[in-house]
Amino acid sequence: MQDMLEIRWHARGGQGAKTAALLLAESLMGEGTYVQAFPEYGPERMGAPMRSYDRISSKPIRLHTSIKNPDVVIILDPSLLADPSTLDGLKEDGIILVNTVEDPKTVREKYNIKGRKIYTLNASQLAQEELKRDLASVPMLGALIKVTGLTNLEDFLAHIRKELERKFAHRPEVIEANLKLYQRAYQEVKSE
Amino acid sequence: MSQVAKELMALTGNEAAAYAMRQINPDVVAAYPITPQTELMQTFAQYVADGLVDTELVTVESEHSAMSACVGAAAAGARTMTATSSQGLALMWEVLYIASGLRLPIVMCVINRALSAPINIHGDHSDAMGARDSGWIQLFCENAQEVYDNVLQAVRIAEEVFLPVMVNYDGFIISHGVEVVETLPKEVVQAFVGERKTPYKLLDVEHPITVGALDLQDYYMEHKRAQSEAMRTAMPTILKIGEDFEKLTGRRYEAIETYRLDDAELAIVALGSTCGTAKDAIDELRDEGLKAGLLKIRVFRPFPWKYIQTALRGKKAVAVMDRAEGMSAVGGPVFHEVRSCLYDLGDRPPIVNYIYGLGGRDVSIEDIKKVFNELVPIAETGKVEDFYRYLGVRE
Repeated sequence: MQDMLEIRWHARGGQGAKTAALLLAESLMGEGTYVQAFPEYGPERMGAPMRSYDRISSKPIRLHTSIKNPDVVIILDPSLLADPSTLDGLKEDGIILVNTVEDPKTVREKYNIKGRKIYTLNASQLAQEELKRDLASVPMLGALIKVTGLTNLEDFLAHIRKELERKFAHRPEVIEANLKLYQRAYQEVKSE
Repeated sequence: MSQVAKELMALTGNEAAAYAMRQINPDVVAAYPITPQTELMQTFAQYVADGLVDTELVTVESEHSAMSACVGAAAAGARTMTATSSQGLALMWEVLYIASGLRLPIVMCVINRALSAPINIHGDHSDAMGARDSGWIQLFCENAQEVYDNVLQAVRIAEEVFLPVMVNYDGFIISHGVEVVETLPKEVVQAFVGERKTPYKLLDVEHPITVGALDLQDYYMEHKRAQSEAMRTAMPTILKIGEDFEKLTGRRYEAIETYRLDDAELAIVALGSTCGTAKDAIDELRDEGLKAGLLKIRVFRPFPWKYIQTALRGKKAVAVMDRAEGMSAVGGPVFHEVRSCLYDLGDRPPIVNYIYGLGGRDVSIEDIKKVFNELVPIAETGKVEDFYRYLGVRE
């Protein structure tokens, strides 16, 4: 792992990007892996564009500032790509991961994106199929693990299972549906 | 002494404070919700509901009532805690002075937030700086780890010096950001904080006392003198508790923290979350050949003037960072006090003030480097033309 990996989530209020950023940090934290996760709070409105952030580092993280040059940009609502500032500061060899029905090549052409690695996943549909709700942040987290190689799927799922068991102890079907969704996302994310 | 078993947890600053409170298991918590403090009390209220603490949680109708309930509980001999932010602290105002004047060891987390108007929910130090003369000890935290650590130490500080303590941390930046926090086992925390011992209890009917009596020309002044003596002599106790804490955890807590300051020529003085960003900026500047260093103030009340004087002696230029606009027309509150304590130095360094980060305005590495770079000509000439400056503002 390089010293520090920085991730910026772009979403709309209510899509779960804050929770996903926090969950990612929690799942990666451990001896020798330092994390930071924080949302950017504006006026809280369902549907309004919002950002959240993750830092993952092999050294203690001292920075308390927003992320301007991310290694990864995750976009939960593809309409946000119409705003060019969504990709502001993304590193030249950075990763773009989009929740969309389109494939990476189409996204690249449509938004005239130069360089970077583009990955897509129809996360909304996957979430509808498995959770009966458009909770795109859940499968996008699974796809993120795949495209960044931040950890292996087994360790990640083991942690997620623990988290879900805490919250949904009385609803085992929710736990299994979530875990299946992460696995499908991990397998179905598309590269160029 | 050997270090005890630790557990790493991913916590927001608010969760770190709530977790510390859970391990302290205070007798009484009285609070009213306000952003960005809400998550702390919500988490703690869940601990109460789940039976994980024995605390009497008093949900009141305002912050004025919250602090009033804390005063009553603490006077009765209960270990008492609360938390607030911004307008909530402002509404507590008159009761803050009653808590300190009655020498009640209340511990309060202040999740620093801007004051209205204009309305803003984000992090700056306007709320805490307004309360700097209220007779409370004030600690400032850089990150979630320091929140956890300072809350634990605050209980002992308050109860040993008989003064209330505010534990300050930046709203959203720290309160809502997840970081890795090393926590202690509950029994270690319990042994560290011990039992509250109080010489006078309101509810001890065998030994009746009066609390809050009328105190006019004859004795008010002596009582204020005694209160100020408690603040003047609190520092050795604060440092001793910091040493005890270091023995448990290996983490050192003093009045101030210095970072690459000993051989620095250019220094900035700051408190709160910006100090972490400043450390990274300083590392970059050092690589570029600039002798930069940081003085972080942890204990703002009592003001650690002697430590600051020693640390800044001989520097070629100093910038004091204020995350509050004091509206004095001549600079922010931290600036005034730091500059004042350098007055007695024969070779006092030239010093400037930067008002920054108001209402949560982001502070980047580049911003901090800009401050250091603007210190370079001051260090070269020894001259300060405009000492009252703003950082990162549209003019």
